[in-house]
Formats: sequence, structure tokens, C-alpha cells
Amino acid sequence: MTRISRRGLLRSGAAAGVLAATGLPVLAQAKKGGRLRVGLNGANTSDSWDGRTHSDAFMVNCGQGAVFDCLTEVSASGELIGELAESWEASPDAKTWTFTLRQGVTFHNGKAFGADDVIASLNMHVAEGAKSAAQPIVSAVTEMKKLGTHQVQITLNAGNADFPFLMSDYHILMYPAGQIEEAIAKGIGTGLYEVVSFDPGVRFVGKRVAGHYKDGRAGWFDEIEIIAINDSSARTTALLTNQVDVINRIDFKTEPLLRANPKTMIFEVTGNQHNTFPMLMDVPPFDNLDVRLALKWSVDRQELVDKILQGHGRVGNDHPIGPANQYYADDLPQIEMDLDKAKFHLKQAGRDNLMVDLHVSNAAFNGAVDAAQLYQASAKGAGININVVREPADGYWSNVWLKKPWCASYYSGRATEDWMFATAYESGAPWNESHWEDARFNELMLMGRKELDSARRRTIYHEMQQILSERGSSVIPMYANYVDAASTALAHGENIGNNYQMDGSRIVERWWFA
Amino acid sequence: MVSVTRIVLQRLVLGLLTLFVVSIVIFIAVNMLPGDFAQAILGQGATPEAVEAIRRDLGLDQPPVIRYFQWLGRALQGDLGSSFAQANFANFTGTESGATTVAAQIAPRFANTMFLAGVTAAIAVPVSLVLGILAALYRNSAFDRVANIFTLSSISSPEFFLAYVLILFLAVLNPLLPSLSNIYSDMTLGQRVERTLLPALTLTLVVTAHMMRMTRAAIINLLASPYIEMARLKGLSPLRVIVHHALPNALAPIINVIALNLAYLITGVVVVEVVFVYPGIGQLFVDAVKIRDIPMVQACCLIFAAAYILLNFSADILSILSNPRLRHPK
Repeated sequence: MTRISRRGLLRSGAAAGVLAATGLPVLAQAKKGGRLRVGLNGANTSDSWDGRTHSDAFMVNCGQGAVFDCLTEVSASGELIGELAESWEASPDAKTWTFTLRQGVTFHNGKAFGADDVIASLNMHVAEGAKSAAQPIVSAVTEMKKLGTHQVQITLNAGNADFPFLMSDYHILMYPAGQIEEAIAKGIGTGLYEVVSFDPGVRFVGKRVAGHYKDGRAGWFDEIEIIAINDSSARTTALLTNQVDVINRIDFKTEPLLRANPKTMIFEVTGNQHNTFPMLMDVPPFDNLDVRLALKWSVDRQELVDKILQGHGRVGNDHPIGPANQYYADDLPQIEMDLDKAKFHLKQAGRDNLMVDLHVSNAAFNGAVDAAQLYQASAKGAGININVVREPADGYWSNVWLKKPWCASYYSGRATEDWMFATAYESGAPWNESHWEDARFNELMLMGRKELDSARRRTIYHEMQQILSERGSSVIPMYANYVDAASTALAHGENIGNNYQMDGSRIVERWWFA
Repeated sequence: MVSVTRIVLQRLVLGLLTLFVVSIVIFIAVNMLPGDFAQAILGQGATPEAVEAIRRDLGLDQPPVIRYFQWLGRALQGDLGSSFAQANFANFTGTESGATTVAAQIAPRFANTMFLAGVTAAIAVPVSLVLGILAALYRNSAFDRVANIFTLSSISSPEFFLAYVLILFLAVLNPLLPSLSNIYSDMTLGQRVERTLLPALTLTLVVTAHMMRMTRAAIINLLASPYIEMARLKGLSPLRVIVHHALPNALAPIINVIALNLAYLITGVVVVEVVFVYPGIGQLFVDAVKIRDIPMVQACCLIFAAAYILLNFSADILSILSNPRLRHPK
């Protein structure tokens, strides 16, 4: 398969067709038929078909994964391809984007898909007072213009080279214009599966639509049933007793048993999900770079991966960009545990020893308390005394995170570098969890946002990751894998998407019964 | 019979009073928990402004006393309100139609819970009565010992453990029953019963010991009475002595224990629901407590309290009716 630069596709998405073609040989063995039963967590009785409220695995898999489509899609191999958009074109300043839409697409109720639907759907997030989880990523939209029945022009208030990428977000689903309320009530989208029944917090049943533009490359099952199983042991039992064919988020403790079972297989990817220990860099002693470095060099990251994630992860390098991002800098020197270096930096800071409080709770991430204790043990060797303060899980995000000078936290990561940085590292952002502030970093962020050239963007984002790694104020010791399990009766394509769990939340589209 | 009517009225009034006290206690308890709905629902995204906005939308910024009386006023008119999650969701999307009431949310779950309780009771009550009578009949025999050991060990094991043991034997090693008990509205009764069987069996194991032991003890207690001796001297068979002469007099304590266990089946089965993914009210309740959804918690607690009050109350009435001495007091 020829490797096409992901970014090269951005400026002009016309090559998307080439990608689809190169993906075909792998799928040659894919077979149609069968009813896929999926067991997922993250279901609630308040779930609905409103993409603005989707946040957990269950609805993301039902919404974006089955019933609805977005303008663009991140393929299993990580490339951005067109979903309802066929191609897209940017003005040189990346401020104006023109999307050409796919022809002949219909919603499940028979309505034809066109430019009006795109504008109405985007308006659900953009409109004044719209409360959408996707608001931060579309807030830059100032104007949406219909150029033709199948062409839309979107103007931003500032250049954003990632805009087509953002259109693949699972909140920004395409609804039929003028029937949005009905579409939310009944689940009327353009996806491969139409709703047969939906019982919020309990289950969803979908049926393959007869003719679809993804025919031949996705949508192999005749029927799908997504069952809400929030308890992880119950999910495992359901898979083992053949009540479901595939489950998400398996318990690491039972993973060896599932692996040993000849009827089940584990599929695991390292995405952008990472655990952090943010230090408020405007609060002493963390305002001193050497103190921060001493702490960075005194944690045994591999030990955390081995013991907290039980091997299902990868060591982090104190920046939030992960392997599922396009410009992940995997060539940066890895920070390891080096107590001599830690002692040296402590001395540079004019200290012989250091006494700091680390506020943690398992609400931050599973095993955060144990991770803090391992950190405490390893840092002791460098003369750093970490006092682990165990906080209640209730109200942790309100009372501890962003308030205590040093605590534990996590991010599921973002599809683009800029989005991740803007969420948690831009000065003044409400979730800037370490109060990170750096002139060069801010300058690079603005440069990267407007830059359309792939090579230059790589350099920019590389430097930003380097800055965070070398002097950032968060200790990011590890990436946590997405670990799911399936019956061996199932088969999948060459790649498994790592932008989200369950093959990028698109397992019902991409997999088939072998 | 006048006295029975008076007792019924008295108990109903007391029951209402109890519900009122329960609602106050629950309201205070949920308010004393750290964090509130806004913080819980926003999680990591809880900026002060967002928290403030949700509190304002839901009226959480008002003092608890006022909020309680607002809730009480509406509840007295039969309106249990909308759950915070739903109300917040409706605010979020700007559609009022999306909001459903607590009652509408609870109703299907409560029906499921009652179904599970019904299936369990249909198995557990006859089984424990028969076991209890047989144990009394063959007291101190090997059968009595085995029945006792078996039921006592099952009541002493945690429910999830029993559940997994049953799953292992009935779903994994011998795939007779489904390990997932998620039931939907469009299932036939037969499918529902099949799906409900494993959780019902688990609960049967949990509640049998209590009822069986009480049946046995109450009957044995009576066996020393002169009228039983008389019956024996008449030459009646031991089974007839027990079923016809001892059992009617032992009914009062047995009814009481059955009522207690039925109440437990309605209110205390959340663990079993989680293990078998059964969409009952317990799961809904725990989720509501987790996000401090006070209207939902209140409604669930009132249902639980009412279940206890009503079942205890009917047990008392039935014991009175089953006992002529209480039925015709001097």
C-alpha cells in the first residue's frame, strides 16, 4: 500500500478516492451477513440520538459508528478520508474551506442529503447559545454559505489547517435539515445502519440499509445489536458465554484468561489516551524549572506501565501528543528514571531535598493512588519526599484538579495536535491544568494553526512537543492502551483504528464474520 | 372486625408519616454528600462558570430548605418532577419535549424489578415452605442437616459470588441459560422468564434460608403444645399433624418473614442486577446517587420505603386474620 502523507490530503481531499481504492485488496475476503452483538459500557438512561451530548463509548458507537455520518472520517490506518464530503479545498490562509459533498446520498427516511443539511447540522453547534460539547472546535466558524446543492463554503475567523480533521469529530453528525428534532427522536441519519429499536441505557438494534455509498468497503453485517453492559465482569462473562461477539474495555486482570481462551481474541491499540501529573507552574516550588525537572527524572515510567497498566500502555514523554496523532514525535529523547540527574537538578534549584504533596484519587485514572505511591518510592532515592494525599473521588475534578499545586489527571487525547494543545496547554484556557505559559510555545501554536504545509507543520509540532518534554509543567508518565476483546468468529481489516476504542468506534462498519 | 379497620387506618397514617420522614432524611443525606449534580455531571469539564450555569438552571443555587419544600409541594400533588439528568439534557439541547418525568423513567424499570421479584418469589416461597415443613417433619435427620447447611451457606455467601457460581455451572460449563438478563419491551413472556431465570435463582438462594428456617422453627415450636400431642395420640400421621394442625398456628411469623424477604427482593437486588445486566430499579437508583440526582433518588427511596411499609403492613394484617385470638380480642 502506497503511503500517502495524511497532511498532503488535507489541502485537497481529491486523493481520498485513491485511498479507498488502495484499501480494497485487504477487504477482498470480507463477507456479508450475520448479526453482530456488541457489549459496550458507558450507556445511560438519558442517552439520545443528539450528537451534541454524545460522550461515551455506547452512544459514539451507535451514533457515529452506525446510524450517522460526519463530513470526514479518520480511516483505520489514520488517514483523513471523506465520509459525506467527497473532497475539500482551502484558501491559502486556511480561513475559507470549501467542501464538495457526495451525490446521491439519502437519509433513512428517504430525504436526499445536500448542502442545506450540512449547514443546519453545523448550526446545531455553531449557533449563538448552542450548548454543544463540540463548541470549542467549531467556535471559529463565522459564515456558512451554500455554493450549490452539493457544495458548502465555511469561513473561519482565523486560519485552521485542521478544520477538515475536526469535521470527523463524533459530535458533529449530519442530520436532515428541517427535520432535526424528528431525526434526534428517531435516529434518522445517513449511516450504514438504520434504527430498528433503541432503548436508552439498555440496547440498540440496527438493520443494514439496502444501498449505501460505502458498499464494498464497509458495512458487512445484516443486523447489529449493541447491548449496554456497564459492568466489566458482566461484559467478560457475556463474551465468554457467547451472548455477545465483541466487548470494549476489558479488565486488565482478566486479560490473560481471555487471551488464553481459543474462542476469544484481544485487540489492543495505543492511542492518545494518557495519564498526567500536572504541576501548577506558577506555584512554588513548581515555578522553578529545576524542581520540575528533578520530579520528571525521578519517576520510573516503565514500572508504572508494567504495574498500573499491567503492560497495556507505553511510556510517555511529558507531552500530550500520542501515537494516534499525525505529528507524534517519537524521536524525542525519552525521559527515564535517572536519580543522579534528579539530584543534580535539585542541587541546581539550591535544595538538598524536596518535600511536596501529591493529591490523588482513583477518580483521576484507574490506579492513580498506586501510581502515586510508586512515584513516591522511586523519588525517595533522589532525596525527594512525595507526600501522597489521598483525596475523595467525589468532587475530585471540582475540588482538587486545577486547585491543588500537584495532582493526578488524565486526557483521552485529541485527534489533532492543535486541539490537544488548545484544550490543556494554551495560556488562559480553562483546562490548562498545569497553568502552562511559554512565549515560544504560544507563538508556535499560532503558527501551526495557520500552516497548510505538512513538512513545516511537522517541524512546528515537533518543537512544541520538545518544549513540553524539556521544560513543561506536567509529568506525563504513560499512554494507556485501548484494550477490547472479540470472538474469533470475527475478522477485521489490516489496521485497527487507534483514535478511539473499538476500531475507532467503527467496529460495526469495518468488521465481518470470517 | 372493627379493630382491624382501625388498625388499617392507623397504620396507613403512620406509613405516610414514615414516608415523609424518609424523604427528609434522604434529602439531607444526599445534600451532605460531597459534590453536587453539577460537579458530578461535568466531571473533568467542571469550570466554575459551567457549574454555576447548571446550578442556576436547575435551581440548585437556592438554599436546601426551600428546595425541599418546593419538591414536597409538587410531590404532594403527585408530581415527582424531572430528573436532573433529563432536565439538564433538555436545557442543553433547548428542547422542552425531551424532558421526561421521574415517574416515566422509573415506571419501566420498576416493572422489571417487580417481574424479577415475582419470578423469584414464585420459586423461593414454595421451595422454602416445603423445605421448612420437611425439615420440621424430619428434624435432626440427615435431610434436615443437609438442607440447613445448604441454605445457610448460600445466605452467607455474597450475592455476586452465588451469581458467578450459577453462571459457571448453568451458563459456561453447561450452556442452559443466558448469562445476560437484559430484557426489552418487545420480548415474549417466555423469553423474559428464560432471561430472568438466572438472577431469580441467585436471589432464591439468597432468600430461601431465612424463610425456610423460620418455617421450621415456628412449626417445631408448636410441636410441644398439648393440642399437637392430642392430635398425635389420635393416631394422625406426622405430616398431617404438621400441615393441618401446626402450620396454621405457625403462619403469623412465617408471613412476617416472607414479607420482609419480598421487600428485600424489591429494594436490595442492585448487585444481582449489575452482574446479570438486568434493567431494574436498583441500577437506576445507584446511578442517580452517583450523580446526586436528587429527584430521582427521592422517588426511588420513596418506592423502596413504601414497599417495606406496605409489605410489613400486609404481613401484620394477614397475621391478625390468621389468628382468631387477634381477630376477636376481648
